[in-house]
Amino acid sequence: MNSPEEWEGYGCEDAYPPRHDGPGEPPGTGAAPGPPAARPRIPSPRAAAEDHGPLPDGPPPERAAPKPGPTRPAPAEGPPPGAPAAPGDAAHPGDGRPELPHRVLTSLLGAWALAACSAEETAAVEAHLTDCAFCADEALRLRDAVGLLHPADNLDLDPLLRSRVLEGCLGRRPARIPVPEWAAPYDAETAKLDALLRDMGDAEWRAPVRLRWFDGERPVHRETTAAGVLGHLLAVDGLVAASLGLPDPLGDAAPAGTAGPGDRTRALWRTLGEAPRTPALHRPWREQSHALIRTASFTGGGVSDLAVPYGPVRLPLRDAFLDRAFGCWLHAGDIADAVAYPHKGPAAGHLHSLVDLAARLLPRALARRRQAGLAGPPRELVAAGSPGRTLHLEIEGDGGGHWYIALDSPAAVGSPERTVAHLALDGEEFCQLAAGHIVPDEAAAGSDGEREAVRDVLYATASLSRL
Amino acid sequence: MQQRLARGEAAALGELYDRFASLVHSLAHRVLGDEDAADRVTREVFGYIWENPDAYDPKQGSLRSWVATLTQRQAVHRLRQNEAVLARDDGAAPAEVERKIQDASTAARADYIVTSMPAPLRDALELAYIHRRDYCQTAADLGVTADEARRRLRLGLQLLSTAHHQKLPPGGPGEGNGGPW
Repeated sequence: MNSPEEWEGYGCEDAYPPRHDGPGEPPGTGAAPGPPAARPRIPSPRAAAEDHGPLPDGPPPERAAPKPGPTRPAPAEGPPPGAPAAPGDAAHPGDGRPELPHRVLTSLLGAWALAACSAEETAAVEAHLTDCAFCADEALRLRDAVGLLHPADNLDLDPLLRSRVLEGCLGRRPARIPVPEWAAPYDAETAKLDALLRDMGDAEWRAPVRLRWFDGERPVHRETTAAGVLGHLLAVDGLVAASLGLPDPLGDAAPAGTAGPGDRTRALWRTLGEAPRTPALHRPWREQSHALIRTASFTGGGVSDLAVPYGPVRLPLRDAFLDRAFGCWLHAGDIADAVAYPHKGPAAGHLHSLVDLAARLLPRALARRRQAGLAGPPRELVAAGSPGRTLHLEIEGDGGGHWYIALDSPAAVGSPERTVAHLALDGEEFCQLAAGHIVPDEAAAGSDGEREAVRDVLYATASLSRL
Repeated sequence: MQQRLARGEAAALGELYDRFASLVHSLAHRVLGDEDAADRVTREVFGYIWENPDAYDPKQGSLRSWVATLTQRQAVHRLRQNEAVLARDDGAAPAEVERKIQDASTAARADYIVTSMPAPLRDALELAYIHRRDYCQTAADLGVTADEARRRLRLGLQLLSTAHHQKLPPGGPGEGNGGPW
C-alpha cells in the first residue's frame, strides 16, 4: 500500500485521519492544496516510533500500517470549511492556488520530517522541496536526524553496579578520605532510593503508601504518599544532620527541644500537608544524604561515638547511620511497592550490619517493655558486665549470623553458655519484623527453649519500629 | 567536584557516579549493544576519571560533556576491538566494520544531544515522535503557539542532525593508541 503509485496526499489516512489546522494557525496555513500527482522527490519521512533499534543498519523504516501502541486521535470535526479540493486535484505552483510563504514552509520542515503536520501541509512542503534546493537539503538532514530518535530504552541500571564500579576505582587508587565503613550501608541504600526516585513519573509521587509499624502492643499504620515517605526520611535524617552541624531541613518548622523521628515527621507533614504530592523533596533529600556521607567521611572515626538524640534515646553516630540506612531501605521498599517497581535488599555485608544494630538494641528494648509492663520481670539479676540468661538469635541467609541477646538486663552480657532459648529467622523476615511490618506472633521463626524468652524477643524486635 | 576527586574523597566519587552513571552506561550500551560490555565501559570510565581527575579541563566544556566524550571514545575503542576479532573470524570487509563503528558512534552522539538539549525542545520531539502528536497537538500539550511548536521541532532536529557531522572520536587504527587508556 505504500508504493509510490499509491501515494496520495501523504497517505496519513491509513494510520490516522488527515490532521487539520488548529485555531491558532496563521491564515493560509491550511489552504495548501494536496498534490497527489506531484510525487515528492524526498520520500516519506519516517515510520511509527516503534522499537526498531537505534542503528540505521537495516533498511530505512517503511511507512507501515498502524502498529500497536499510541495512535493519533482522530480530529473530532470534519474537514474544515474551505479545505482544499478532493484528492486527485493536481496542484502546482502557479495554478492559482495560494502558496504558503517560504517562511512558513521552512518552519514546517521539522514537523514534516516527524510526520507531524497535516496532509495539506505535507503536500505543500513536498511540492516546495522539488523547487527549493536549500529546503530540500535541510529536509534530508532533518529526516535523517529523525532516524536517530528512538523510544527511551528504560534500561534500569543494575543497583549492584555502583558498588562494583566504586570498588574498582578504589582498587586503582585508594581514597585518601574514605567513606567510613559504618556509613557505607547508608551510602548504598540512599543511592538505590535515588535511582528509584529518578525513574518515577510525576503521578507516581502521589501514589498512596501505608506506613506500618508496631507500637509495642499492636500494629498501627498511617496513610501518606510516596512523596510523604520521602519527607519522613528527610525529617529523620535531619536529626543526624543537625548533630553534625548541618542545616536542619525542617528549618523554622523544627519542633523545639529533643523531638524524635515521629514528631519531626509530623512537623514536616504539617508544613507540606499530610500527603505531599510532588517530587519537590527529592533534591533536598538527596543533597542532605550526600552532605551526611561527605561530612561523616571528613570527620571520620573521630565522631563515630558522637551521641545523636533520637527523641528519648540517643544513638552513637555510627549506629545512627545504620539506623538511617535501615529506614531508607525499608521505606524505599514502601515506595517501590506503591509504584510497582522492584527494589533489592542491601548487600550481604550491609544487611549483617543492620541486623547487628537491631540485635544490639534488643536488650534495651526488652528493658523498656518490662518498664512499660509489657513483659514479665527479670528472672535473674547479675552484676553489670557478667553473663546473664541469654537467647541465641540465629539469622539465616546472606548477611546472617549468630547473636547472643542478654534477656534480663541491658547491663548483662549475652553468652553462649547461658543460653536458655534459641530463635532462628531468615534475615529478611527479621528485618520486616524489626520494621513492624510483621506481627510478632505471625513471624516465621523456628525456636526452642524458654517460650517466654522467645516471645519477649519477638515482641521487642517489633517494638524497635516506629514512625 | 574536580578538586574533591583530586583530594581523593571517596564520597565525591560516589556523587560523581550518582550524577553520571546512567549517562555513561546508556551511551556505552548504545555503542556496544550489550549489558555486560556497557558495565565494563562504565567501570573503565569512572576508573579513569578517579585516577586522572586533572585530565578534565573546565575551559574545554562541562564536566558532563567531558564524561560523555570519554565514554564514547572508550565504548568505540571496545567496539573496535570486538569487531576486529569478529572480522578476523568472519573476514568482514574493513569498510563494513568501519561503517558499523561510525553508525554506533553517531547513535551515541545523538543520544547525548537529546539528553543535553534544552528540555522544551526535547519535550516537543518526544510528543511528536514517541506519542505521535502532530505539531498542533504538540503545541496544545506544551501550551505554546503552533508557530513555536514548529520552531522547536525544527530546531531540535537541527541539533540532532549535527550527530552525523561530527568526526569519530580518535582511537581508530592509524590514529595512534587505542584511546586514553
